[in-house]
Amino acid sequence: MSNVSERLRGIGQRIDHNPCGPIALTRFKYFLLLPLAVMLSGCNLVVLRPSGDVASQQANLIVISTVLMLIIIVPVMFLTVFFAWRYRAGNKEAKYEPDWDHSTHLELVIWAAPLLIIICLGALTWMWTHLLDPYRPLSRIAEGQPIEDAGDPLEVQVTALDWKWLFIYPEYGIASVNELAAPVNRPVRFRITSSSVMNSFYIPALAGQIYAMPGMETTLHGVINKPGEYTGFSANYSGDGFSGMHFAFHGLETAAFDTWVADTRAETGALDRTSYQELAKPSENVPVQKFGTVENNLFRFIRDRCVEPGKMCMDEMMAIDRNGGLGLAGVNLLQQPMVGDTAVRTALFGLKSNIVTGICTIEEQEAVADVGIAIGKPVNPDPLVGAGLARRSFLPFRAPMLDAQLQFSRPSGS
Amino acid sequence: MTASIPASANDKKPVFYQREEHGHAEGGSTMLGFWIYLMSDCLIFAVLFATYGVLGANYAAGPAPKDLFDLNLVALNTAMLLFSSITYGFAMLEMVKGNQKTTLIWLAVTGLFGLAFLGIELYEFHHLIEIGATPQRSAFLSAFFTLVGTHGLHVTFGIIWLVTLMVQVSRRGLIEANKRRLMCLSMFWHFLDVIWIGVFTFVYLMGMLR
Amino acid sequence: MSENLIKMIFGRLTLESFPLHEPIVVVTFAVVALMGMAVLGAITYFRLWGYLWREWFTTVDHKRIGIMYMILGIIMLLRGFADAIMMRLQQAMAFNGSEGYLNAHHYDQIFTAHGVIMIFFVAMPLVTGLMNYVVPLQIGARDVAFPFLNNFSFWMTVGGAVLVMMSLFVGEFARTGWLAYPPLSGAEASPGVGVDYYIWALQVAGVGTTLSGINLICTIVKMRAPGMAMMKMPVFTWTSLCTNVLIVATFPVLTATLVLLSLDRYVGTNFFTNDLGGNPMMYVNLIWIWGHPEVYILILPAFGIFSEVASTFSGKRLFGYTSMVYATVVITILSYLVWLHHFFTMGSGASVNSFFGITTMIISIPTGAKIFNWLFTMYRGRIRFELPMMWTIAFMLTFTIGGMTGVLLAVPPADFVLHNSLFLVAHFHNVIIGGVLYGLFAGITFWWPKAFGFKLDPFWGKVSFWLWVVGFFFAFMPLYVLGLMGVTRRLRVFDDPSLQIWFWLAGFGAFLIFCGIGAMLVQFAVSIMRREQLRDTTGDPWDGRTLEWATSSPPPDYNFAFTPVVYDNDAWWDMKKRGYERPMDGFKPIHMPKNTGVGVVIAGLSVALSVGLIWYIWWLAAVCFVAILAVAISHTFNYDRDFHIEADEVTRTEGARTKLLAAGE
Repeated sequence: MSNVSERLRGIGQRIDHNPCGPIALTRFKYFLLLPLAVMLSGCNLVVLRPSGDVASQQANLIVISTVLMLIIIVPVMFLTVFFAWRYRAGNKEAKYEPDWDHSTHLELVIWAAPLLIIICLGALTWMWTHLLDPYRPLSRIAEGQPIEDAGDPLEVQVTALDWKWLFIYPEYGIASVNELAAPVNRPVRFRITSSSVMNSFYIPALAGQIYAMPGMETTLHGVINKPGEYTGFSANYSGDGFSGMHFAFHGLETAAFDTWVADTRAETGALDRTSYQELAKPSENVPVQKFGTVENNLFRFIRDRCVEPGKMCMDEMMAIDRNGGLGLAGVNLLQQPMVGDTAVRTALFGLKSNIVTGICTIEEQEAVADVGIAIGKPVNPDPLVGAGLARRSFLPFRAPMLDAQLQFSRPSGS
Repeated sequence: MTASIPASANDKKPVFYQREEHGHAEGGSTMLGFWIYLMSDCLIFAVLFATYGVLGANYAAGPAPKDLFDLNLVALNTAMLLFSSITYGFAMLEMVKGNQKTTLIWLAVTGLFGLAFLGIELYEFHHLIEIGATPQRSAFLSAFFTLVGTHGLHVTFGIIWLVTLMVQVSRRGLIEANKRRLMCLSMFWHFLDVIWIGVFTFVYLMGMLR
Repeated sequence: MSENLIKMIFGRLTLESFPLHEPIVVVTFAVVALMGMAVLGAITYFRLWGYLWREWFTTVDHKRIGIMYMILGIIMLLRGFADAIMMRLQQAMAFNGSEGYLNAHHYDQIFTAHGVIMIFFVAMPLVTGLMNYVVPLQIGARDVAFPFLNNFSFWMTVGGAVLVMMSLFVGEFARTGWLAYPPLSGAEASPGVGVDYYIWALQVAGVGTTLSGINLICTIVKMRAPGMAMMKMPVFTWTSLCTNVLIVATFPVLTATLVLLSLDRYVGTNFFTNDLGGNPMMYVNLIWIWGHPEVYILILPAFGIFSEVASTFSGKRLFGYTSMVYATVVITILSYLVWLHHFFTMGSGASVNSFFGITTMIISIPTGAKIFNWLFTMYRGRIRFELPMMWTIAFMLTFTIGGMTGVLLAVPPADFVLHNSLFLVAHFHNVIIGGVLYGLFAGITFWWPKAFGFKLDPFWGKVSFWLWVVGFFFAFMPLYVLGLMGVTRRLRVFDDPSLQIWFWLAGFGAFLIFCGIGAMLVQFAVSIMRREQLRDTTGDPWDGRTLEWATSSPPPDYNFAFTPVVYDNDAWWDMKKRGYERPMDGFKPIHMPKNTGVGVVIAGLSVALSVGLIWYIWWLAAVCFVAILAVAISHTFNYDRDFHIEADEVTRTEGARTKLLAAGE
């Protein structure tokens, strides 16, 4: 219970600067309190009480938006019941005006009231969508803790496989399946792709989700503030083994994380192109696996769909396409289909190959892959506005400038 | 929202129903309906164009428009279709005048131009598939074959329809129902022309520029 | 050799395609087969085949087609709901290491089928049926613009439903979710027949839907009674017009998208594949360009029904007719500009996401205005709490909650945590049940006496009402909570035992709804048995306001003996107020379209064509394709498509009504 009121007070403070906020809160604080309290006492509403800063801000936004909308929803529901009761046929005292069907003033109100709420909500939306853009590197670790130069964020390369998750830690040269760990209060940068079908990478306690798509890379930034064991899963149905496609996410203190890394390093398993292809085969409810060593640039090859040797990488293919393709000669690069994993059977024309022969050697591919993408960092986090950050003025239309101020890293495969 | 009651209504009772059977002339909505159908068909092409727009540069390290298209052939093809539209116009003029025989002749000419168009298109497709530029080769080729092929299928159905109408006109003459059907086919035929102009510009001409 | 021959004849259809080893399916099949045999046997025994064929299957009367649509929708509702109950049961059971009673193969088919059936074969037929029945009557027309096309559209919709039902017993249905996103629905990940059933069922039904959209637009634009300007049309007609515009403007997108998907599967093209330049994101965009307007296709007619009901049962003009119409039109247009909110999590930039988030929120402005309009229609009215009005008030209270959670989901950062969760599932059930379904129930109760000449039994109606409303809250409020607990949709088994209580609650809600559906069927049966007590002889049982109440219940084949002339948007109210007198003589012969069986035949051939394509039985597909062309062409050689109802017969029919009216007084 106390938790709830604390939380609400926190929100109240935060949206004090917001012209739409104070009205919302003073009037409907208690309204909101009751159902929330009942629900919260019963169960673990991880979406509203997460342990990572990004998810916390998203939870705040949910509460603020709900309160804003209740300003109009509650009177409507009240009036519905009231009018229904007051003007029931049995009540002959109530006024009856069968031909009254127009009032310019009322019409103005009924269009203006929702409009005003939507203007407030729209402004909030614009601002927060930019602030909480998953591509945007974090500018703070928690409320009141702006990000310091505590080193680069931890990069985790996430691959959704049928039906398990593979996490590669390029910084440490290790990998794990269905288990993820991150140190507390260190920003994490997830680079996400998928091997075959679409999934969605989601750890409710940490941050919102983002799709994992084959041949493409998406990015998610997050930070975990409290140590603990959380759940992550795929939030987009992906086939038979979907239900079992979840993993444990360990938020660890720095020392514990180092131990975790060391333990993983000590594992004998090695993840390279060959063992990856074995791993990528469909399997369900897969237990945790760890790999002490990982082949360099494996994630790039997974994303560019060229783990199988001899296959042209997508980035290479796209570069060729940008220069107008390979002409008629390129026709012959398509390999003959063979019965096996790589060929698809179509109804009318039998086997169809998906493999274009690569024209770069593996060494050349490696060389290209080594030139990594520069990780974007906020040039100057100061002018960013948002809950918990110092704010100069409430001007939602300034938000577009954020785009220019920030370096976004875009999905490169799309 | 009060009704605008005719001034006389206050004096005598308004007329609440029509004593005479005006009815709606048979086929009165056909033209409108056919227009709406054409617009829905237009949306199908819009999707195909959009798909071509998005995927049209994904050659998968294969051939690009420049390597494949023969503009002379396509220009000839375009001419066939445009001529067929003109001759269809002549057929309609004759229909208005009530000349059944000349209407049929012009319809036949239209059909022949249509067949020529299809023949050239099939030749082009055959050639492309022969050299390995199949719809399966790349997303660009998938989008190309589907967009152009869908148009070709429409022309094919147009020709079947045209032949059917020719039989019906020669059997029953230029009665109202047949005139209405000829009008619909006319709209359909010109619509396919317009779509082809889009295909020619967007796929062939701009493809060569890329 | 013989193996090849069998393959040529049967394609990939083998004995293993029949799920004889699946006890659940076999039992279902046995039950369905027995019930089907009973119905067919009864029809044969009572020698009804000829009657059904002549008077119903081949009818071009918009009223009968409307009723057949409603029957189709209600039958499919039972199937769709059976799927829902099975899902609820599975999710309530599969805890603490239990796998539940459904394996993934089944469960995944069930949730896919549930979504597909509920949207395409329940909501769409019910909405189309009501529009078909009511719109021509409301605008004072004798039929729709293209009566044959109407019959054909209906049978194509049935064809789609037949394919979905067939997949239950022959082969399997898609296991991809109701929108069949590739690459999961591509040839590589789903090589079976399931996705093909999905594609062809939707294609066949989609043709019907598009054509019926064109038909109703023409009807409304061209066939209104004299005096009925656009701004004098009843609101239900307005919302129907907007809905049909949306249908015509979006279903072709669905058709084209599914064509591309089927080309990927059949020909091996690369539209939505992972390799060779394909782009699955393209499919997701295209399908939602259809998919989002689709939900407005469903809700707009419901809004129209609520407008009619609120005004009738408040005994009062609709408040703000003009703003109601503009709100409808604005919603129609805006529904095109919001599709991306279904996949904020795909990783478009912040600017794109916020653009689509804000356009989505803007839709809530006209929607809010509508709610207020209904509110002020009740204000200073004399509200009679008959069933349609009860559904309307339940709608206003339920839908606002759904609307609120919808706007919440339109905030991209909030969507990142709630997307694909049970919160989302709760939201769209909240608007579809609380909006569309309540509206349809209001409409069914409201117009039932018009269609059949007797009212529905109010007692069983109220039982059904309360079971539905309470059941809805039990079934879906827990899902909101589960969504906030971070539970995603389409899961088959669960680890966290603290979730189970909420699934039990939801299951209990589903059980209440089950009873609600049962009560509704009992209501229909009881009403039919007690029809003499519930008889309405006036043709105007609710003190109605629009033209459909001006004619008898049920209306004669020709709807109106003389075309009505309209002065007011509450035309019938105006007529009653200003001393309308029924014409008694001077009837003229009425020109009507003839019945035809061509629609049934072509739709049947389309189903067979689809079966050929689904099972790779190429000869069947080819034969059916040619046959469709031949039937369609030969149909155009029939110029004799209409007849006249003689003046004598009109006089007799109207005379009978005069007697009935006199007896009622």
